Amino acid sequence: MQTIETKLTTQPEAVRTAGLRLPSYWTTLGWLVALLVILPIAAVVWLAFNPSENIWPHLISSVLPVYVESTLLLLAGVGALSLFIGVSTAWLVTLCNFPGRRLFEWALLLPFAIPAYVIAYIYTDLLEYAGPVQSALRDLFGWSSARDYSFPEIRSLGGAVLMLSLVLYPYVYLLARSSFLEQSINIRDASRTLGCSAWQSFFRISLPVARPAIAVGLALVAMETLNDFGTVDFFAVKSLSAGIYDAWLNMSNLGAAAQIATLMMLFVVLFIWLERTSRAKAKQFSGADRFKRLERYNLTGGKAMAASLLCLTPVFFGFIVPLAELGGMTLNHLDQFSDSRFLKQASNSFLLSSGAAIFTAMLALLLAYSQRLNPNLKGLRFAAKLAHLGYALPGAVLAIGVIIPFAAFDNTIDSWMRDTFNISTGLLLSGTPFAILFAYSVRFLAVSSGSIESSLAKVTPSMDMASRSLGANSLETLKRVHLPLIRTGLLTALLVVFVDSMKELPATLILRPFNFDTLATAVYQFASDEKIEAAAPGSLLIVLVGIIPVILLSRTITATRDAS
Amino acid sequence: MSVMETKSLSKVFAVTTLAALTSLPQVSLADEVNIYSYRQEFLLRPLLDAFKEQTDIDVNIIYASKGLIERIENEGRNTPADILLTSDIGPLHDAKARNLLAKIDSAEINANVPAQYRDEDGTWVGLTARSRIIYTSKERVSEGDISSYEGLADPKWAGRICTRSGKHSYNLSLIGSLIEHKGEAEAQAWLEAVKANLARKPQGNDRAQVKAVMEGQCDVALGNSYYFGAMLTNDKEPEQKEWANSVNLLFPNQANRGAHMNISGAAITANAPNPESAKALLEFLTSEEAQRIYAEVNYEFPVRPGVARSALINEYMGEFKADEVSLTRVAANRSAAAKMVDRVGFDN
Repeated sequence: MQTIETKLTTQPEAVRTAGLRLPSYWTTLGWLVALLVILPIAAVVWLAFNPSENIWPHLISSVLPVYVESTLLLLAGVGALSLFIGVSTAWLVTLCNFPGRRLFEWALLLPFAIPAYVIAYIYTDLLEYAGPVQSALRDLFGWSSARDYSFPEIRSLGGAVLMLSLVLYPYVYLLARSSFLEQSINIRDASRTLGCSAWQSFFRISLPVARPAIAVGLALVAMETLNDFGTVDFFAVKSLSAGIYDAWLNMSNLGAAAQIATLMMLFVVLFIWLERTSRAKAKQFSGADRFKRLERYNLTGGKAMAASLLCLTPVFFGFIVPLAELGGMTLNHLDQFSDSRFLKQASNSFLLSSGAAIFTAMLALLLAYSQRLNPNLKGLRFAAKLAHLGYALPGAVLAIGVIIPFAAFDNTIDSWMRDTFNISTGLLLSGTPFAILFAYSVRFLAVSSGSIESSLAKVTPSMDMASRSLGANSLETLKRVHLPLIRTGLLTALLVVFVDSMKELPATLILRPFNFDTLATAVYQFASDEKIEAAAPGSLLIVLVGIIPVILLSRTITATRDAS
Repeated sequence: MSVMETKSLSKVFAVTTLAALTSLPQVSLADEVNIYSYRQEFLLRPLLDAFKEQTDIDVNIIYASKGLIERIENEGRNTPADILLTSDIGPLHDAKARNLLAKIDSAEINANVPAQYRDEDGTWVGLTARSRIIYTSKERVSEGDISSYEGLADPKWAGRICTRSGKHSYNLSLIGSLIEHKGEAEAQAWLEAVKANLARKPQGNDRAQVKAVMEGQCDVALGNSYYFGAMLTNDKEPEQKEWANSVNLLFPNQANRGAHMNISGAAITANAPNPESAKALLEFLTSEEAQRIYAEVNYEFPVRPGVARSALINEYMGEFKADEVSLTRVAANRSAAAKMVDRVGFDN
């Protein structure tokens, strides 16, 4: 295959530093970033060594099988459904022509703007006994009570799978679509010339080539599913994260909670490792011909209808229905918009999320670039992988992981200043918005890195060598060669982390300063009291603000191909 | 978007974010009091506003549903938290066990709140009381069909009981009180029998159980007392009035130990930077004025004797006998109760 080149063994930086034993400043920076991000994760692991009692005999003899079974079913269900929706729709809008294709290109990303806990509340409202759906059915068939008929229970494992898949499949869609777009048209043409049908060409060429990107998307979906507590708690699904909170809050055993969380991270490591080792070691670099205009299959008649319907379904249930519900509820609470606090909450959300998006992208870029320059540093590579695990931790546990090192830092400085100068510096980092911003970065680094690393990996190393042989140093090469080439990946990273941060709740709640609300925390105040309607205006605004970057994102990705 | 635009845009973001991050106040002024609260802020707002008006002390608040005790613990001697406020005895008990609380030294508070609702070592004080009661269907349950928590174990209720998760702190406290009164073995037998009688897997909050009774999914439900008032007066979501009107209220165990009680409460932290203001706030919260606000706004029972319950509550709930078992003992049984819920598979 012409786009798959063998990995180049000589790397520019490696050549330059071959004579010196000192690590380059890029290596040092890479290590610093990795260690900084690992700090909260390490704090959680450290907690795991100090349980107030050994909880495992109890867990194993009672609820552990339930936790593990629910978690695995949840992961398998959400994974399979997200994979199916994400890949099939990405393939359709990228490589086929059918009615609505241009609209679906960006609309398929919209459900991403809806927080999982919000969609769970909305569908419960719609599908429960007193909701409009069952009421209409009762009127239609003349049933009088719950004993006259059976209706699938939304508050169930199946319900949780549906809700999470509806808002998480965009991760797979996003990455699969970029990958399909970037694939060389030639390999597909070649496969068709060699007699493959459109389906065969999809399964034998496009899918395998897109597999690394799809795997990254799926890993993000899996980690987000693992760390979710809002939805599973609301649906009374006993997953491992329910076990974490139970040990922590009901059994006053934070250590045991940290043990379960650590175990969960190990599962993720195993999952990622399995995926990587099962893939061939070949690396892909894009050939120059990717910018040739795509030739799409023209679908007609029933096939075109089916394609439109397939794309419409996730957008309808994942976005249109929840948005309409939120809009309707908001009408009863329009007064909230005139509340001055509402504006403050919106601006807090916006500033924190943009700050986190930029900070996280910087960390991800430093990590990725330092590894690119020193591909032989196994330790750094391993540390960088560890740094991505924050995404698998439930938000509240991650918050404790941030509190521990931050408070230790603050108190150490304070003690030293008191002893030396008789001045108390108090808490410098704890309880500031920076603590929240840092937590977001730890949490979403995996998301940001996924996008930046894969973009960077597609830039062929001969570019580095050309630039360096023309006299540019590593920083100049980054600025003048890599950044322009990976701008799509960079922008994707910025926008996705922005939207994710807008929705973040559990860590924000715990880490925030006094009298400080984001839209998500304000929504939660009402939602935690099941005042769903009062929570609607805030939820609506989270969604609306989230739509803007989502549309930007889609336009940018499309532009990579149409730029020619 | 060109690279240049992206760059300048990120600069703008960076600068504004930095400005916002550094401009937020962190300094601690003299006339203020800082609360870490496990109760939603909007429930406290009317009280805090009244306090501010009376004393001119500013009140700062952080609400979270978990993690605040850990925050106080790690912040150590530099914690800004003066007061820990909770909606359940559990976290107060935990915080005390970790030596995070100071002794509240106020004769006024001791006079305002009966000993039953205060810590014996003076580290926490109850602010409001609530009972865990049984809601019964007006249509399908007649008076005398049930009179105690123990009665929920009767096989005649098979498929007729609704409750929220056994792991919710309100249920853990109830189970903790049964462990205290009856011992672990009997409490577990009770929990198993109640599990066998459940109409559906435990889910939703207390109001959702009353709603399920109205909808005919079950006939009796466990719930806290104040939700009744909150549902009956809910003008924003008037359907809740129907839920409330479909049930009767029953205070269990009136013939013997009395109905299980829990508190919302507060404590002053060991390293409180403003201990005097904190004490003033707690004194205010136990005052007649504040206790009346609690009763009227949240439909909770005042802990202070002599303060009337809300008229609405009085209309529906007569005087009742409250279980006087030590809340400290109940809280100490919570971990055992949580494990019992696991063993019984109550939530499965």
